[in-house]
Amino acid sequence: MLDHLTDIRPAAADARARPEPLIEARGLCKAYSRRAVVLDGVDLRIEAGERVALIGSNGSGKSTLLKCLIGLHPITGGDLTCFGEPVGPQASRAQRLRMRRQTGFVFQKHCLVRRRSVLSNVIHGLFGEPGSWRAFCHSLAPEDWRGRAMEALEAVNLADKAMLRADTLSGGQQQRVAVARALVRKPRLLIADEPAASLDPVSGRNVMELFATLCREHDITLLYTSHDMAHATDYADRVVALKGGRVHFDRPAGKVSRANLHDVFDG
Amino acid sequence: MAERGFPQPGRFEGFSALNFALLVALGAVIIASMGKVAPSPQQLAEGVPGMADLVGRMLPPNTEPAFLARIGMRILETFQIALVGAAIGIVLSLPIAWCAARGVSPFGRGSFLVKAFVSFLRTVPDLVWALLFVASIGLGAVAGTMTIVVDTIGFCGRFFAEAMEDAEKEPQEALSAIGAGKGSILVGAILPDIMPSLINSSLFALEKAVRSSVVLGLVGAGGIGQELKVAFDLFQYRNASMIILAIFLIVLVMEVCTDKLRARIQ
Repeated sequence: MLDHLTDIRPAAADARARPEPLIEARGLCKAYSRRAVVLDGVDLRIEAGERVALIGSNGSGKSTLLKCLIGLHPITGGDLTCFGEPVGPQASRAQRLRMRRQTGFVFQKHCLVRRRSVLSNVIHGLFGEPGSWRAFCHSLAPEDWRGRAMEALEAVNLADKAMLRADTLSGGQQQRVAVARALVRKPRLLIADEPAASLDPVSGRNVMELFATLCREHDITLLYTSHDMAHATDYADRVVALKGGRVHFDRPAGKVSRANLHDVFDG
Repeated sequence: MAERGFPQPGRFEGFSALNFALLVALGAVIIASMGKVAPSPQQLAEGVPGMADLVGRMLPPNTEPAFLARIGMRILETFQIALVGAAIGIVLSLPIAWCAARGVSPFGRGSFLVKAFVSFLRTVPDLVWALLFVASIGLGAVAGTMTIVVDTIGFCGRFFAEAMEDAEKEPQEALSAIGAGKGSILVGAILPDIMPSLINSSLFALEKAVRSSVVLGLVGAGGIGQELKVAFDLFQYRNASMIILAIFLIVLVMEVCTDKLRARIQ
């Protein structure tokens, strides 16, 4: 299962051997207007193979930071490199595309195309690859892509639902399809924006377990945001807290105390 | 009864003096305009006998087999104009709507220029387009088909673009996050999401095309309208009433069919 993902291991191992981090932000700023400053000098360094949880109250800039990291939102100040390449206004389209091809992104809401089959949604993960117009629908996709998509669905235990319409699945199952869509592109980095927020506690825990297992098995670096402190401390190596648009603390998950958390969410 | 903690809001609270003044001004404009263009009771009284006389001359409708065969062929031509014109118009509307849709268009902020072009196509009435095409292409069904194509682009271009703008944003953002281009986002996320709306608008466009195509003949652009004009020009009112009945029938059939299709889609 997931044989196609085995070939990412050497790449991840190489990345680990390299001195430069997978993601490095220095003094990262993002403002939507002069008054709406969301990120105000964020310093963050993530090494290959790490699992990092990003926490903070609503509006602290967690989701904005994640979207800045993959160039979905242009940064307005500071330096940001991802896979050793600059991300930001100075990055070329080719650089952005190269960086996004190595990254899987799972959103808070599963963001599936409701009227398409589960298999087509997973194959959509290959948009951006050469010849990607064929990712429009599973019927048009090359045999290799269909095989990779089925393997990704097996990894999230949904291979039997491949031909169902995406909106016929439960919330937890849809989120697992979103994980499969992120996995199908053999990412080095998996970014998840509150992946369990719209799920019940059991489904949320299952999804987080799935993330942790897949990332550990396939040497994928994981960066996720969460409002659930158990999710943040149980599945991450490191917890980074954002407050007022800056990094409030950055410490190993085992050393995050209740007082630290109160400090982040109070006032 | 228990005492209320909050005073009851006034009946006209939220209805400002400005709103009242605007309402009165609108009423005044309507009443002033009626004096010039609305029919007076006297005009109505004089017009009713004339109308009754005309209806009398229209009855019974002409049911001669040779005439029925001729208008049957014209009805077929009318359907062909509507179907071909609407089909070409709908197909062309898709890329035009994509270019016109704000936030989706590959032209970015330039999308408003395409939108303005679509508005222009829609603003000019179909009979005026028919006159232009008759003058440039010549009399007949081709001019009618061209008119329907332009009219359909004006109609579908707008509704398709609005549907694309209103499509769910999250799947688009998800595809964008993995490096999908604007074209991939269109076919991968937007079109599947808005498909029912596209089909609905297309069916309305087809219905509209049938209604338009029956009158295009009045200016020489083919179809059953041409027979209607000839019948009125030659005072053949029994022929005219039969043609009006035929027009009513084909519009009704079209509406019933599209209603059933719409119900199935929903």
